[in-house]
Amino acid sequence: MQVGSSYLGEPIARVEDPRLLTGGGRYLDDLGQDAVELAVLRSPHAHARILDIDVSGAIDVPGLLAIYTYDDLSGPLAEPLPLLIPHPSISAGRTQYVLAKDEVNYVGEAIAVVVAENRYLAEDAAERIEVSYELLPPVVGLVAAREAQQLVHRDVEGNVAAHFVQQVGDAAAAIAAAPHRLSLELSVERSASTPLEGRGVLARWDTDSQRLRVWTSTQTATGVRAAIAARLGLDLGSVEVITPDVGGGFGVKIVHPWPEEVLVPMAARALGRAVKFTEDRREHFISSAHERAQLHEVEVGFDDEGHLLGLSVRFWHDNGAYLPYGLIVPIITSTQLLGPYKPAAYRVEFESLYTNTVIVTPYRGAGRPQGVFAMERTMDAIAAELGIDRAEVRARNFIQPEEMPYDHGLIFQDGRPLVYDSGDFPATLDKLKALVGWDEWPAYQAQARASGRKVGLGLACYVEGTGVGPYEGGHVQIETTGKVKVSTGLTSQGQGHQTAFAQIVADELGVAISDIEVVTGDTRRFPYAVGTFASRAAVMSGSAIALAARAARAKILRVAADALEAAAEDLEIVDGMVRVKGAPGNEIALGTVAVLSNPLRYAFDEASKAATQFAVGDPDLPPVAEDDEPGLEGKDYYSPLRSTFANGMHAVIVETDPDTAEVAILRYCVVHDCGTLINPRIVEGQIHGGVAQGVAGALYERMAYDESGQLQNASFMDFLMPYVSEVPERIEIDHLETRSPLNPLGIKGAGEAGVIPGAAVFASAISDAEGFQITAMPISPSELFELRRQHAANAAQKGTQP
Amino acid sequence: MTEQLHEVGLTVNGAAYQAEVPARRLLSDFLRHDLRLTGTHVGCEHGVCGACTVLVDGVPMRSCLLLAVSVQGQHVTTVEGLAAPDGTLSAVQRAFQECHGLQCGFCTAGFLTTITAGLRQNPEPTIEQAREMIGGNLCRCTGYQNIVAAVLRAAEIGGGDAGGE
Repeated sequence: MQVGSSYLGEPIARVEDPRLLTGGGRYLDDLGQDAVELAVLRSPHAHARILDIDVSGAIDVPGLLAIYTYDDLSGPLAEPLPLLIPHPSISAGRTQYVLAKDEVNYVGEAIAVVVAENRYLAEDAAERIEVSYELLPPVVGLVAAREAQQLVHRDVEGNVAAHFVQQVGDAAAAIAAAPHRLSLELSVERSASTPLEGRGVLARWDTDSQRLRVWTSTQTATGVRAAIAARLGLDLGSVEVITPDVGGGFGVKIVHPWPEEVLVPMAARALGRAVKFTEDRREHFISSAHERAQLHEVEVGFDDEGHLLGLSVRFWHDNGAYLPYGLIVPIITSTQLLGPYKPAAYRVEFESLYTNTVIVTPYRGAGRPQGVFAMERTMDAIAAELGIDRAEVRARNFIQPEEMPYDHGLIFQDGRPLVYDSGDFPATLDKLKALVGWDEWPAYQAQARASGRKVGLGLACYVEGTGVGPYEGGHVQIETTGKVKVSTGLTSQGQGHQTAFAQIVADELGVAISDIEVVTGDTRRFPYAVGTFASRAAVMSGSAIALAARAARAKILRVAADALEAAAEDLEIVDGMVRVKGAPGNEIALGTVAVLSNPLRYAFDEASKAATQFAVGDPDLPPVAEDDEPGLEGKDYYSPLRSTFANGMHAVIVETDPDTAEVAILRYCVVHDCGTLINPRIVEGQIHGGVAQGVAGALYERMAYDESGQLQNASFMDFLMPYVSEVPERIEIDHLETRSPLNPLGIKGAGEAGVIPGAAVFASAISDAEGFQITAMPISPSELFELRRQHAANAAQKGTQP
Repeated sequence: MTEQLHEVGLTVNGAAYQAEVPARRLLSDFLRHDLRLTGTHVGCEHGVCGACTVLVDGVPMRSCLLLAVSVQGQHVTTVEGLAAPDGTLSAVQRAFQECHGLQCGFCTAGFLTTITAGLRQNPEPTIEQAREMIGGNLCRCTGYQNIVAAVLRAAEIGGGDAGGE
């Protein structure tokens, strides 16, 4: 790091903002103003056989350009979409066709697409297409899926897509032999990412060069590129994918290719016109992806002190109608459920089940909120059973800092051993207890109760595997103007990558942030990448960019050393000038170094004259050395052995209304350890947004499917996404920075952290306020009211028994 | 049958426009696709999220719930019209950057217009009033705490001048 330049760790304002604040953002539907538009005819039925599609009524709609159904597809376009992550436990992986073939399996499944001069006309035509169906019985919800009286896919017995078991030690024996045992049933309902901008894709086919350029609102430009090339039978080199500004992702936009991401380029090539699809809000609810729905059965054995001797968890995961993203969500639940604890023996088993509902793929947290809910409810139950303080029971089961790296003996979601790299859980808990005033709580609660108030304090701990591989890359180029151009292949959806990555480069190169431009998610700039998910962007691309900047720096110093006739190790870079340490005035601008790095035959301006053959170089050596290349660039990749593991603990104080059972949030406290903070302001912003989604998943959001598979609340009027009135006025945050030993900057990732303990911490707090255990989330006031009545009735019944 | 077109004349960010549009053309689509002022975003098309909020004669309105033909003769301000003609950001815009009041930026235009009008009505809001002011706009990224802070900060640095037309 340079003397006097330390952007890393500074809460600087984002460089993205001036553009976004003045209407200068370029989101998908802001592009392609000349494009014709595509609308999708979607299934109104959850489960039906398609008997006939009659498009004749649509033909006369003015402005109509094309209608496509399954029968119009051929070759790879007519094959099912890919199963992106094929895990060996998947026994019956089913994916949908880009347009339904013979059968539909959820309300919202694409049946036909219409291309017309604009969206209004495309919708006019779409609604004139007549489809005849033979209705089939729908399977809605986990209970019906498990009973399997009806099947989603005729050839998938029991609706079981996958059966998975993992264990370390003999949990059943350990539980049987334990002095204390408990069984819990815990459930979580569906929610969804719900970014403010839905999906969207724009494609231009260049008939002259026979090349395709696609813009899409995605979390993986390179993934979409490869998928489109494969489906359309194009060479990878003939397809470019560009991610414009993306209006939020939260997981849903990692799925690819969406049917529309294939159909729009297909239509653009066929019609020779730019074609665009912009999803509307109802479409986003019924045809993108959801997450979270799981039923869990926990059995735990523990000793008198509350030490976990054996833990056995069975759960059922609702994967929706198809399985394009494999088993990532339930595998994460099954492994991350362990949190900061070390049970002596652990067994987990799950079934992933088909239902006639929207597909399930990762939503911020990705299976962790459910796992943490199951584990933390268990911890509270143990504390209640033994009459031990809830924080104390947790502390007794913590993995200790000196046990890092800690190997759980399990395999994680990336197929690698589940080994925690770092973390100090006792210190994190101490910070949280101090922040929330844990030790003063019993007195406060007693006082509140005495005055007729119901208040509760909740606690939840989590560990989050972040920064999964396989890799990301970074490219850093110093232009002859002295400006620095940085690129990485993964995409941005509002995380402030342009700022955070520029902070890293500014420190590594000794240049001002204002001289650095960062481009993400453009396959023309960086064609090798994975994507933005699993809190991995800072860890993966941040590390790769740091390494690339170091490579560029080494070359800067080498070229400058020649020019300054000094040793490279005697040079430093300050404010864009390479100078000899302790020799004021003996310096050269970075831009000039860039000129010198590229031996020229032709001078194109004054500065470039300095690099022509008559100006530089040793006549006895080749102008570019054998092991060198022209230009002032650095490129590198970061590919870690395994994931980093961030962690944190949340506490919430709630007050439940004695009459209406409404839940008010009095305080919300977060202690968070994501290793090195690149930009604390951005990290805190991520926590704020995550906590809001945690509140949403605990108290408000659910997907209300009726028994026929109709989503009853597929609008912002009925799906209770929090406004400001539903979130805590203030979130109290403290950080711990235990660096990861796995990457050059010690980063651990922060994107998902805020949401993970949401359901668990609210269940803990409401249980504390009410005096009975909450076992199903989210919880509405009417559900809490009903639970009160049940518990009061049970208590009364017990009271009347002899 | 081609659609019947209707004349509409209105002022947007101080510039006069005359156009012919179908009766069903939404004001949001008219601004975004006919005038190419794409800073106004559409998040739900049913008037709940507030991302498409513009000022019509100074009053915040949801442009996805208005037909373009219905704003005949009126003055519309979009996010593009909030900064000064020389590009200087308004107090609300500056406060959003200072307070990290935006992440993906998609909902931001609706907040900026709403707050601009809100601060004109109430230049010195309390925190409760600031929360009330943004109570009808959805944001999925920020959790709102920094947006509330931006309202208060804008009041502080704006000195009653919220910017815009």
